[in-house]
Amino acid sequence: MAEQEASTVGDSGGATRPTNEERLLAALRRGDEDAFRTLVDEHGPFLMRLALMHVPSRAIAEEVVQDTWLAVLNGIDRFEGRSSLRTWIASILLNTARTRGQRERRVLPFSFLLRRREEGRDEPAVDPDRFQSVRDSNPGHWARPPAEWDSPEERLSADETRRVLLETIAELPVRQREVIALRDISGWSAAEAREALGLSATNQRVLLHRARSNVRAALERHFEEEQLVR
Amino acid sequence: MSELEGPQMTCRELVEVITEYLEGTLPAEDRARFGRHLAGCEGCQAYLDQMRQTIGALGRLPPESLSVEAESKLVQAFRGWREGGKPHASP
Repeated sequence: MAEQEASTVGDSGGATRPTNEERLLAALRRGDEDAFRTLVDEHGPFLMRLALMHVPSRAIAEEVVQDTWLAVLNGIDRFEGRSSLRTWIASILLNTARTRGQRERRVLPFSFLLRRREEGRDEPAVDPDRFQSVRDSNPGHWARPPAEWDSPEERLSADETRRVLLETIAELPVRQREVIALRDISGWSAAEAREALGLSATNQRVLLHRARSNVRAALERHFEEEQLVR
Repeated sequence: MSELEGPQMTCRELVEVITEYLEGTLPAEDRARFGRHLAGCEGCQAYLDQMRQTIGALGRLPPESLSVEAESKLVQAFRGWREGGKPHASP
């Protein structure tokens, strides 16, 4: 479910009135449990989603989320509101989850070559064989064009399709996974995703492009296979 | 098509700049080339549509959530923080 673009805008445009987020933060600093529960309800889903992308089990993901909230509480007096609350929380979660994920999986350190692979700069969005070659009549144009998907709303919300979406994302390089989770699953803006992930505008866009292109291709393959079975 | 409008975009190029197009970061000239190509290419129209459908489907995935046990542990942790870390918190 996409979260609202700006989840915590004040109810009037008055510059001096505190926003909902500021009121919640003030209540949290006073130790208000309802404020804490409200924040957990609001930000819990994307935190859990991000955590699951880095660690191998739900149980560990829940620990990562718990550690994140404790770090948020312990750091709350240092939060100055220069970034939005959710990008700040997300960056805490990602630090926690990456450290934990490395411990669990013994991931290799982030080398230059790995970074190139993560971004997939050399990877085409579409299999080159689907385009006409220089020897054909119209080089660079579709040889095997994509077909319109039939009744897409129905098929795209089927459980089977959701399984394909989640499996495809799980197999993406981790940076692509993080970007597509924040941008397309949680509906964050490019600016928020860049801030939470510490990416340049170009890197954010390249990662999003590779991730989306991979997911589209997986859906296309899935729908083609379904057609063959029918 | 005049030379001033730049070379025609190919389908192969279009699929690589589609994210910039959707993000609104494609430079004006390329945006115009994109639009001209799209108007005459059913394959790329279908591709753009598939890309939008893909993004839409990702946004409709059901939200993740903590288990009930994890949530109650979290509230316990909050109370511990309030008692331990914030002795001056309650008025």
